[in-house]
Amino acid sequence: MIPIELDINGQTIEMEVAPDLTLLDLLRAVGVVSVKKGCGEGDCGACGVLLDGVYVKSCLILAAQASGRSVETVESLGNVEHPHPLQTAFVDAGAVQCGFCIPSMLLAAKSLIEDHPEPTVEQIREGLDGNLCRCTGYVKQIEAVQTAAAVMKEEDHD
Amino acid sequence: MTNTFSQVGTNVRKVDGMALATGGSLFVADLAPENALCGMILTSPHAHARILRMDISKAEALDGVFAVLYHGNVPRILHTTAGQGFPEPSPYDTVMFDNKVRYVGDRVAAVAAETPEIAARALSLIEVEYEILEPVFDPVKALQPGAPVIHDEPDAHVIIPVAYDKDRNLAAFVETAVGDVDGTLARCDIVVSGTYTTQYAQHCPIEPHITLCELDPYGRVRITSSTQVPWHVRRIVAQCCEIPVRRIRVIKPRIGGGFGAKQEVLIEDVCTMLCLRSGQPVLMEYSRKDEFVSSRTRHPSVCTTTLGFTKDGKIQAIRMHMVLNTGAYGSHALTVGSNCGSKVLPMYPCEHIEFKMEGAYTNLPVGGAYRGYGATQAVFSVECLIDEVAAKLGRDPLELRVQNHIRSGMGSPIFKALGEGTEGVEMTIGSCGLPECISLGAEAIEWKKPRASSGRKARGVGMAILMQGSSIPHVDMGAATIKLNEDGSFNLLMGATDLGTGSDTVLSQIAAEEIGVDTAMMIPLSSDTDVTPFDVGAYASSTTYLSGGAVKKAALLIRHQILEVAAEMLRCEQDKLSIEAGRILGGAKVITVSDVALHSLYSHNQKQIMASASHITEKSPPPFAAHFVDVEVDLDTGFVKLLKYVSAVDCGTTIHPKLAEGQTEGATMNGISFALTEEYLFNEKGRMLNPSFGHYKIFTTTDMPEMVTIMVPTYETTGPYGAKSVSEISINGALPAISNAIFNACGVRMMHGPFTPERVARALREKA
Repeated sequence: MIPIELDINGQTIEMEVAPDLTLLDLLRAVGVVSVKKGCGEGDCGACGVLLDGVYVKSCLILAAQASGRSVETVESLGNVEHPHPLQTAFVDAGAVQCGFCIPSMLLAAKSLIEDHPEPTVEQIREGLDGNLCRCTGYVKQIEAVQTAAAVMKEEDHD
Repeated sequence: MTNTFSQVGTNVRKVDGMALATGGSLFVADLAPENALCGMILTSPHAHARILRMDISKAEALDGVFAVLYHGNVPRILHTTAGQGFPEPSPYDTVMFDNKVRYVGDRVAAVAAETPEIAARALSLIEVEYEILEPVFDPVKALQPGAPVIHDEPDAHVIIPVAYDKDRNLAAFVETAVGDVDGTLARCDIVVSGTYTTQYAQHCPIEPHITLCELDPYGRVRITSSTQVPWHVRRIVAQCCEIPVRRIRVIKPRIGGGFGAKQEVLIEDVCTMLCLRSGQPVLMEYSRKDEFVSSRTRHPSVCTTTLGFTKDGKIQAIRMHMVLNTGAYGSHALTVGSNCGSKVLPMYPCEHIEFKMEGAYTNLPVGGAYRGYGATQAVFSVECLIDEVAAKLGRDPLELRVQNHIRSGMGSPIFKALGEGTEGVEMTIGSCGLPECISLGAEAIEWKKPRASSGRKARGVGMAILMQGSSIPHVDMGAATIKLNEDGSFNLLMGATDLGTGSDTVLSQIAAEEIGVDTAMMIPLSSDTDVTPFDVGAYASSTTYLSGGAVKKAALLIRHQILEVAAEMLRCEQDKLSIEAGRILGGAKVITVSDVALHSLYSHNQKQIMASASHITEKSPPPFAAHFVDVEVDLDTGFVKLLKYVSAVDCGTTIHPKLAEGQTEGATMNGISFALTEEYLFNEKGRMLNPSFGHYKIFTTTDMPEMVTIMVPTYETTGPYGAKSVSEISINGALPAISNAIFNACGVRMMHGPFTPERVARALREKA
């Protein structure tokens, strides 16, 4: 077992983990259930988190590798009463159907908006390329990211 | 049409949207207790083999193993995994575990253990001795005399009077004919014919199948499952585990997509048996590989179609011979096969039609319900052949379709001839917005605009027209209960199963509209067999049309009850009163629905305002669609790039326009991905070689073309507020529309999906 310490959404967690435990399985085991397992092979993108602010697939990272680092998941973005502009934009655009892929996609979107505060459609497509969604056809999600980026820019100015 | 509704036709916020977007604990895996055992299945490494000997003693002896199941210690109950109404039209050819395996991925044994690691170790300790049998992989060969018999067990059978011949590997058979096809074809000026094939594909819900089974202190089993068919799960688990229905409660939480894959009782039986044997909660989930190999697929098809036309461009006769590969089990074979005819042939009315369908067992993965449900397979041939006719006649394929397609007021003998295992229902088309779909779609794609090919890049356009259905008439039933709370809110308890489509929202809108309140006052709860009334489930494009009908009826009863109490409170005639935006108008003073609730619960002549209603349908009114695509074909590499894709759809009234668009866009994208990249690759022993998203390509944001969605409003008088279905139809267009566009661009006819660069390049070389 390997002792680790990591920050999950602002809370420090100390525990011992098996060397082959993935960050995905660790997060779900400690109750961070927004992080979804769709394949466990890094292909579907449902398990994305921000690791020290960088969007990664948590099924491809070992829990032990995340020690000493900070993990952000959609739980830290907003809640039902106080949603993040991305969450509002996704819901209002009709971009959330089954919703299984959405928490991870929101983090990918947050990351891409940080890199491109006024993203073009091409940049959004690149940014969401690793997030499979079988329900929506992506049209409304691309719209939602554009809407959210505009709102976030506005809020930055305020 | 002007929208005179206050809730219907508006984009209210999806009721579960924010809970999902904030990562709430909503899915089966999120709800499992920490002490849940891990259920895991051992699958067959062989395509066709008899199990001569099995020894599970080492697995049973392993620390942390609580139960081991195999054919030697479970009841042999013939059933079908197809989640269909009873009596099921699919053959009873499946048992929980058998002493024979029929495809690579078939069930051999299952364990429940403390951890996934122990479960996997236990599976590896199970000893199985196989006698390998000759497999058959080609559905046409499987039907020939002398082919290996896949279901040689004596007890497989059908429970309704339909053709079934397991000795010939014939899992399903339908034949119907009207008029004189041979004679008519002989007289036709133009006869075109072709054999078109479609490939294995999987639904790919991002959440694979998952089930949690728990015993409660009363000895009942609570099954929390990612399913489209909670009531069929309850019935079939009771059957397979030999326990009464009353001992089972099925709860459907949020579902991470289904698309038909979860219209199957796939793991609930094994998970329940593990739970009963171990006395512990058991969580069983499929890996992505399991989802590809051992779940369900789109029945691959070999479809030979012939069309006969007179030289004035009028269709005279259609013949279709469909061979479906149902894989190792006959799940949905008969009904998918029937729908190949019933959802496609009526499009071009004529007096001479022949349809024959054979569903063949093979030693490959199992077919099932998949969005489109046979229409996807069959429309490929018809819509490509229409373009072939147009080419022979020198006609615009669009105009040829306009000249021949079905319209409002018309019928088809096929509606009556082809049902779901029985006769169908005679039907005249009510609403039909197909002419508008075609004209608006053509405008959006700039149909007439010349497309310049340059160098190695050839441009072309193609189209296809489509129809589906809305529920299964006289078979499907949906029901709903509504009750009023003090604050003027309503519990809307529905059997209807929201699997991510947004039906909780759409059905809440229908209830709110009918009562006269805001949708926000609805608290929907869908699918808990202990709490909500029955519904057959989310399939056959039925939820809005059928379950919506039940909700509307229950809401009407509620409105009457509210007005009855209000009339008593206001001392006036009930028929003078109406409800608008939660307020009772027409009396001496304005009171609210909340006032009525408080009065009826606490003040006088107390009662709970509540009502239930059930609904069946007389018709299955088709939604219609026209799909258009603009492509660029690389003549060197064969790569087909979609520049623009237009889906114009008539689904009647769009109860929630954005959700209806979302259904259309999602289905369209899945259809495109199926047409261009998705396919199963097998080795010579029947093992799937690409069971991962890394090797089975589904479209992402960087693959998608420019997408245009056009909703054409019509009003279907038999549907709730004029609605028909929308969920399935748009998955069917891409295969023929893209084939037609490739033909238009470079003159090669793609007749076998998917249109990968390799296949297109080969076709181009063959043409040259």
